[in-house]
Amino acid sequence: MAVEERDPVSGRETTGHEWNGIKELDTPVPRGVLMFIIVTHVWALLWWILMPTWPMVTTYTKGILGIDQRQAVQQDLVAAQAERAAWMKAIETDSYEQIQANADLMRVVRSTGRQLFGDNCAACHGADGRGRANYPDLTDDDWLWGGEVDKIAETMRIGINSTHQNTRVAQMPAFGRDAILDRSQVANVATYVQSLSNPAVSTPQNGPQIHAGKEIFLTTCAACHGEDGKGNREVGAPNLTDQFWLYGGDLQTIINTIHGGRQGHMPTWDERLTPAEIKILALYVNSLRDAKR
Amino acid sequence: MVQQLTTGERQNALVILVCIFVAGIAMAAAGGSDPLGMHGVLVLLFGGGLAALVMRSYYEPEPTQDRPSHYYDDPTKVGIALTLAWAIFGMFMGVWTAAQLAWPDLAFDAGWSTFGRLRPTHTTGVIFGFGGNALIATSFHVVQRTSRARLAGQVSPWFVLLGFNLFCLLAVTGYFMGVTQSKEYAEAEWYADLWLVVVWVTYFVLFLRTIARRKEPHIYVANWYFMAFIVVVAILHIVNNLAIPVSFGQAKSYTIWAGVQDSMVQWWYGHNAVAFFLTAGFLAMLYYYLPVRAQRPIFSYRLSILSFWGITFFYMWAGSHHLHYTALPHWVQNLGMTFSVMLLVPSWASAGNALLTLNGAWQKVRDDATLRFIFVAVVFYGLSTFEGSFLAIRPVNALSHYTDWTVGHVHAGALGWVAFITFGSIYTLVPSLWKRERMYSPALVEVHFWLAVAGTLIYVFSMWNSGILQGLMWRTYTQEGTLAYSFLDSLVAMYPYYIARAFGGLLFLLGAIVAAFNIWMTVRAVPAAVDRRADVPDTGLAPGAAATPAE
Repeated sequence: MAVEERDPVSGRETTGHEWNGIKELDTPVPRGVLMFIIVTHVWALLWWILMPTWPMVTTYTKGILGIDQRQAVQQDLVAAQAERAAWMKAIETDSYEQIQANADLMRVVRSTGRQLFGDNCAACHGADGRGRANYPDLTDDDWLWGGEVDKIAETMRIGINSTHQNTRVAQMPAFGRDAILDRSQVANVATYVQSLSNPAVSTPQNGPQIHAGKEIFLTTCAACHGEDGKGNREVGAPNLTDQFWLYGGDLQTIINTIHGGRQGHMPTWDERLTPAEIKILALYVNSLRDAKR
Repeated sequence: MVQQLTTGERQNALVILVCIFVAGIAMAAAGGSDPLGMHGVLVLLFGGGLAALVMRSYYEPEPTQDRPSHYYDDPTKVGIALTLAWAIFGMFMGVWTAAQLAWPDLAFDAGWSTFGRLRPTHTTGVIFGFGGNALIATSFHVVQRTSRARLAGQVSPWFVLLGFNLFCLLAVTGYFMGVTQSKEYAEAEWYADLWLVVVWVTYFVLFLRTIARRKEPHIYVANWYFMAFIVVVAILHIVNNLAIPVSFGQAKSYTIWAGVQDSMVQWWYGHNAVAFFLTAGFLAMLYYYLPVRAQRPIFSYRLSILSFWGITFFYMWAGSHHLHYTALPHWVQNLGMTFSVMLLVPSWASAGNALLTLNGAWQKVRDDATLRFIFVAVVFYGLSTFEGSFLAIRPVNALSHYTDWTVGHVHAGALGWVAFITFGSIYTLVPSLWKRERMYSPALVEVHFWLAVAGTLIYVFSMWNSGILQGLMWRTYTQEGTLAYSFLDSLVAMYPYYIARAFGGLLFLLGAIVAAFNIWMTVRAVPAAVDRRADVPDTGLAPGAAATPAE
């Protein structure tokens, strides 16, 4: 039965119970623990008095400070807007040229644009805007729909093949898959297209092939890409004579493009970003190219 | 194992297993090509396989008449083996997912191996697989010793242990197939949840009946905590998992809770899973294996009472601190925050009680890696409960929420506290359970200890750094009043920490593998102890030698 004994190390008595050799000392709760309990409970009590905490039947205790997280957020948003108001107004109303001429505003564009680009554009175009396979490089001089600031802004606003009602629409048809051209015609026209930007590929041996390809090009491709193959920004048709290739300029990729078609997608940012943010981003993207030059 | 059962009990076991087998067939038939059908096959294989095992030994001799005069340790032995198997699986999945965050290509472009599917296999694997099996195994051991009574059932301990593992299997295999209810730490779908209710109620009844049989006048503290763990986990599990399946032939279900109420129920569950699964249950382990290993009396019975009731009462209110600055009403957040802060006192009282229990045994902490496991567990318990109360304060949470700081906090608790106390307990328990004179290799226990310490520190420090850095980057504004960094910038900044974290996790996994090997060899190769009863409980512990808990 319960017989208290004294622990030689601490000098305390045990409770007299034993469970398979385990005993417990009858040490009182240390004073520090009690103090600590008082401190935390007083703190909690103060919080309950000052802040909204306890539920009532149909409402809750509001706290004498009258603080509410919803109001706090709204106040913060108003304050943040006021902080940005000075330059935001100028961005909204000034023309692109005016902003570009204003060093202070361009500093805002570069710092704010970098973050906006990182959170919205970088997933496809890369943090540095250089794109990657199948996603356009925004720092070069090749633009499907125009590289002027207002054109960039418009592309962002309505997107390409997007859900916006005024979206830019572009489609490279699947000439091979949809049996508009047969296999050899696709190969011929691909060889011709490759020779436009890379004259080295045209040799005496494939002269007839290139010639046949050109015939097809003039009847089938020129409507969008132009007779000279220099493209048409009105319909987003790329220039085929330069060194910029979105999907790749090697022969096999060109054949794949002609065979299966292409239809890139740029989302509309109309609802996600404000007009001022789109303006900032357009200027920022434009500045990426300038920075590279 | 089957030899321990009488013919009648073997028949009972067969009836249960055939029922499971038939339920598996029904699920497979109703589910068809749905993941539920796949799980039906798993259930029927599980029931059928175990039934075959029982059948194979069905005609073997019955146990001797003196069975009730022995403790029932077979389920504990199997539970420890399962604990180690799940530890290695769960920690491996953890290392893999951690590596995916640094090197996303490690998903290998497959659906089943995407981060979203692997992550719950890690959390379920370690919390329920590793932690749950450890709790069940040690609770069976502790309740018998501290009650001086054999478990109040012959088949039911097996039902609880193996049934629980069937739940874990259904959960984890489901995640690979994309089955989830999208509730953190409660991802398993309705049929697995229903099964767990049956298992858990059996566990509750078994535990209660064993305590009712006790020969000791008082119920030991460890059993208070085990009871709290079993009762509250049952309540949490049932309430949070109330759901309506799309049909009985489909794995998918919809929770009956909606909107912010759903969030609140989920985090009331989530936080109390931490409280009653990962804290109360493991405090029970601490309360038994610490005094046994240190051969010291508990510092203060009165402090035990204070901390037990403090922990069970205050934790229940604290869940809303997971939803600071959300659509949850402000007053609910404040209430949860104040209770989280008040919770610190009973938590620290538990840690202090454990550390002061070591007074008079500090030389053993120095010399005995097993006791050092328990000591470090207590230190991390104190650290992470302080951190928890601190992070629950709204303005602090404004910085820490959604960052890796949370992940670091969880792992300070999960690695530093839960895993350390589990390994310390297992190293104490294994030699006594298998009646071995010592662990196979005390040196390997030492190796495991340092791997685990290094792994935990590397993990926790890298997540503290990356979490605070992340939080600061997300709230840094430029002079113009706009955000200074994009989310992408913060990801780039995380990269070195993610590599360090994966490395820390790898060290911890290696430690677990060393433990599994050492325990395996202890069972296989260490000579049996001679008359262990003479060793306990009053003999001192030889430095470096594996200790023997009281039998």
